[in-house]
Amino acid sequence: MKSGPPAIAVNGFLLAAAAGTIFPLLWMVSASLMAPGEANAFPPPIVPARPTLDNYRELFAHAGMGRYLANSVLLTAAVTAISVVLNVAAGYAFAKLEFAGRDRIFKLLLGALVIPSQVAMVPLFLLLKSLGLVNSYGGVIVPAMAGIFGVFLVRQYALSIPNELLEAARIDGASELSIFRSIVVPLLAPIIVTLAVFTLLGTWNDFMWPLIVLSDNDLYTLPVALASLSREHVQDNELMMAGAVVTTLPVLLVFLALQRYYMQGLLVGSVKG
Amino acid sequence: MRATRDAWWFVAPALAVIGVFFFLPVVAALGMSLTDFDIYALANLSNLRFVALSNYAQLLISPPFWHALGNTLYFVAVGVPLSIAVSLGTALALNSPLARWKPLLRTVLFAPVVTTLVAVAVIWRYLFNAHYGLINYALGAIGLPRVDWLGDPHWAMPSIIVFAVWKNFGYNMIILLAGLQAIPEELYEAARLDGATAWRRFQFITLPMLSPVLTMVGILTVAGYFQLFAEPYVMTQGGPLQSTVSVLYFMYEEGFKWWNLGSASAVAFLLFLIIFAVTALQLRVTSRLGVR
Repeated sequence: MKSGPPAIAVNGFLLAAAAGTIFPLLWMVSASLMAPGEANAFPPPIVPARPTLDNYRELFAHAGMGRYLANSVLLTAAVTAISVVLNVAAGYAFAKLEFAGRDRIFKLLLGALVIPSQVAMVPLFLLLKSLGLVNSYGGVIVPAMAGIFGVFLVRQYALSIPNELLEAARIDGASELSIFRSIVVPLLAPIIVTLAVFTLLGTWNDFMWPLIVLSDNDLYTLPVALASLSREHVQDNELMMAGAVVTTLPVLLVFLALQRYYMQGLLVGSVKG
Repeated sequence: MRATRDAWWFVAPALAVIGVFFFLPVVAALGMSLTDFDIYALANLSNLRFVALSNYAQLLISPPFWHALGNTLYFVAVGVPLSIAVSLGTALALNSPLARWKPLLRTVLFAPVVTTLVAVAVIWRYLFNAHYGLINYALGAIGLPRVDWLGDPHWAMPSIIVFAVWKNFGYNMIILLAGLQAIPEELYEAARLDGATAWRRFQFITLPMLSPVLTMVGILTVAGYFQLFAEPYVMTQGGPLQSTVSVLYFMYEEGFKWWNLGSASAVAFLLFLIIFAVTALQLRVTSRLGVR
């Protein structure tokens, strides 16, 4: 069954699409190992004549890449840790605890998902300025400490927790906090990993808000720094490719390691309701 | 389930953050868009004046705004169908029983989605380079003329569209693939027994069964593509001749370069209204076509 012209057509198409998709990423790695100026030739070389790590050395020694990498790691870790805790707690409560106005508030949150985040940016900037958080790590972390999408994702998953389990623990006299910690969190483990991966990738890759709120070079995240460097170093393609590798390789590796969880979140998140 | 005051301890922190740092700014944006908030008001709030709808009126007679809106509509009108076509094509191929190495190919095709937009925009800026870009080299190899992709006002936006399709198609591919896998195999078998060709099976089974998913994918993709910003920021800086200035790029410059924050808020709100109107239109058209 797996032969003949139709099979060749399907697999040929898929292989060509995959090759075209992966090529820019492989070429990024290849060009990052070329000597300065080597990639500025016609025809452009596909592999370096003599692979070198000079571009990476240059980036970390003179362009402050270590600092940007540290900023990105720190901000991503802080946002992910805080927002996962707040979103998981709220998502669980919306699914399994009762409080006044619960369903109305949840509907309001769902409706607000259609508002693009950029609508809030200008007043948010002024608000953070009045709090003294503009041009500080806090300017990136504080507004991202919780999000509607995260609450929604956890709530959908938490709906499947059996009520009897929670009731039994309450009859045994367990406090709500200890029920949450010892029963709910273990049951929610898969969706917590999914949410963490989503938040991590989203925060790491975010560009527009860090660009607006961080103005000191020393505070730049990798994407903001790379955009700024690429405006200065228009001709230094090998150097910029090394910068692109440093920026995007960490998230690609996280994705490859936790792909299963990421795909699950993507499907839950897109099939709303 | 029981009523509990403890519940508030679980929701209050997240709701406070969302309320203060999202809902409040959204409402404030509406208010600010009715003022002349600028660099003088930034220095001293007593310089702030209420100007009613004058920011909106100014924008609607401003050629740069219309230009940015036109560029964005171009990006959406061409980019979204192209993007979904590539997603559907790859999803259909991956769903085919004839396809091999599915998990590996799926991962490879999806990889651009998780990459950092700024980083891959830097790569593509180089691939599109007029003098030593690989794309011009490949075109030359098959006898086509060189094009100054990012330097020619007619080609800059198409180049950004090609890049955006490469970056994004994997996302919808995964969603469409899940939709395809949910179509019962019996439908295809029955059609095959009736002698339906592959094209007819696609037309009368796959497309109708997939249309709710396609509708949703279309709506989410349109909303996403309207938010074009980082691609022109990194690849063209809005040029050449403003041909890649998007609405958000315009808002960014208006707000955070010229500090016309009242006007920038009005731009943001107009963008929201446009996205909302287009989404409503899409829902209307699809319900008229009998989807859902």
